[in-house]
Amino acid sequence: MNIVTKAVPADLSDRARRAAKVAGEFADAVDREGRFPREGMDALKGERLMSIQVPGELGGEDASMQEIAEVCAILGQACASTAMTYAMHQIQVASIVGYSGDSAWHADFLRRLCDEQVLIASATSEAGIGGNLRNSVCAIEVGGDTVRLEKDATVISYGEMADAILITSRAHKDAPPSDQVSTLFLKGQYTLEHTRDWDTLGMRGTCSDGYIFRGEAPKEQTLPRPFAEIAAESMLAVSHLLWGALWYGIAADAVNRAQSFVRAAARRQPGSTPPGALRLAEASSLLQQVKGNVVAGLRQFEAAKADPDRLSAMSFAVAMNNVKVGTSQTILTIINHCMLINGIIGYKNGTPYSLGRHLRDAHSAQLMISNDRILGNTSTMLLVHKQDTSLIG
Amino acid sequence: MSTAETVREIVAKHGKLPVDVGSIADDGDLYSAGLSSFASVQLMLAIEEEFDIEFPETMLNRGTFASISAIAKAVDTICAEQQAA
Repeated sequence: MNIVTKAVPADLSDRARRAAKVAGEFADAVDREGRFPREGMDALKGERLMSIQVPGELGGEDASMQEIAEVCAILGQACASTAMTYAMHQIQVASIVGYSGDSAWHADFLRRLCDEQVLIASATSEAGIGGNLRNSVCAIEVGGDTVRLEKDATVISYGEMADAILITSRAHKDAPPSDQVSTLFLKGQYTLEHTRDWDTLGMRGTCSDGYIFRGEAPKEQTLPRPFAEIAAESMLAVSHLLWGALWYGIAADAVNRAQSFVRAAARRQPGSTPPGALRLAEASSLLQQVKGNVVAGLRQFEAAKADPDRLSAMSFAVAMNNVKVGTSQTILTIINHCMLINGIIGYKNGTPYSLGRHLRDAHSAQLMISNDRILGNTSTMLLVHKQDTSLIG
Repeated sequence: MSTAETVREIVAKHGKLPVDVGSIADDGDLYSAGLSSFASVQLMLAIEEEFDIEFPETMLNRGTFASISAIAKAVDTICAEQQAA
């Protein structure tokens, strides 16, 4: 494997940094009030970052997953809720771009996404599926040219703020739970009856409330490829990589804050090394591990993305699962190190060294798709998968 | 018994499908019939045991287990390679 990593164009990083600056200004308010990160998301739209993944011929910028991950990492350093909202949107865009085939309706939608910078939410969670998004209870009803769907969605992140929702269901009323399709409903084609509040430890701005979703739309809005393929070849990998990128961003900002603290202490007493310095070195080493993990995963994805066989290979699924589990665990250790370095001033809110929001946001990482579930899946695959012991591949 | 017939028996026993395997054609899609990724691994292990083969890494993807005939074809390919070796 010899993959040249394309540097992210300066323009894209600059645009992301400008949006992140806005998001960062409101991060504490978003967190405290548990409200949608409106300012950050508006800034992302203003920088036309919602549509970068869309092919150029439809008005987008053909951004690679590495470039999108870089945007997520930049946002993660400023406001995790904005970063997660953006990442979830891009995961939906990846499904539509990659799996709508020659559907003219979806091509039109992607053009609209570029023109209007629309925000797409996802509804995979459902009451009664035990957290396994590869199962649905609800079934889409097809009548003539119309589809109808009612779903008890336990979580629809930023559901009320979204302009469209990509929602999974069984493919028809007689389909088994794992025979699923994904349908993109536009605002105005559905109603959301609020059922569950999102009052959480962290990631409070994602507003991941629960709703009864009721929608009706032309049947051409259902993605032509089965959700099983979308999940196996795109959604799980893209989720783990983009989440990993923004989790890296949260940890990187924590390390920045710890480094500022240690530097300030060093300046006060020139000639003596502050007590937190050694621990900072440890945190830096761990952060590099997280970065390496995410970057290696992104390279593997870029190398495999044109080949469905490689994307659905067990070796690829094991690697992506490992990115998710490893990253989500390690960022907690890193931020905890930073907290020990910064001490009480890091524990307090509202200081330049505060880490409470970082730590709380980071705690979601091992739960959103539970690490135990992922380790369970990996352990099943390891019954037959033979590991690749080469270093470079 | 043909490879496909043996595979069919193993699918019936280990595939944990919500439908009767008799209702699935040899080239019918096992995933849309309800084959889960967990069950597909169990299926793989049972087939390795039955035919005394080992699936190479290159065959560990969704396509190999998409249908009874796809599995049978993979088994025949591996058996032929093992005999040639």
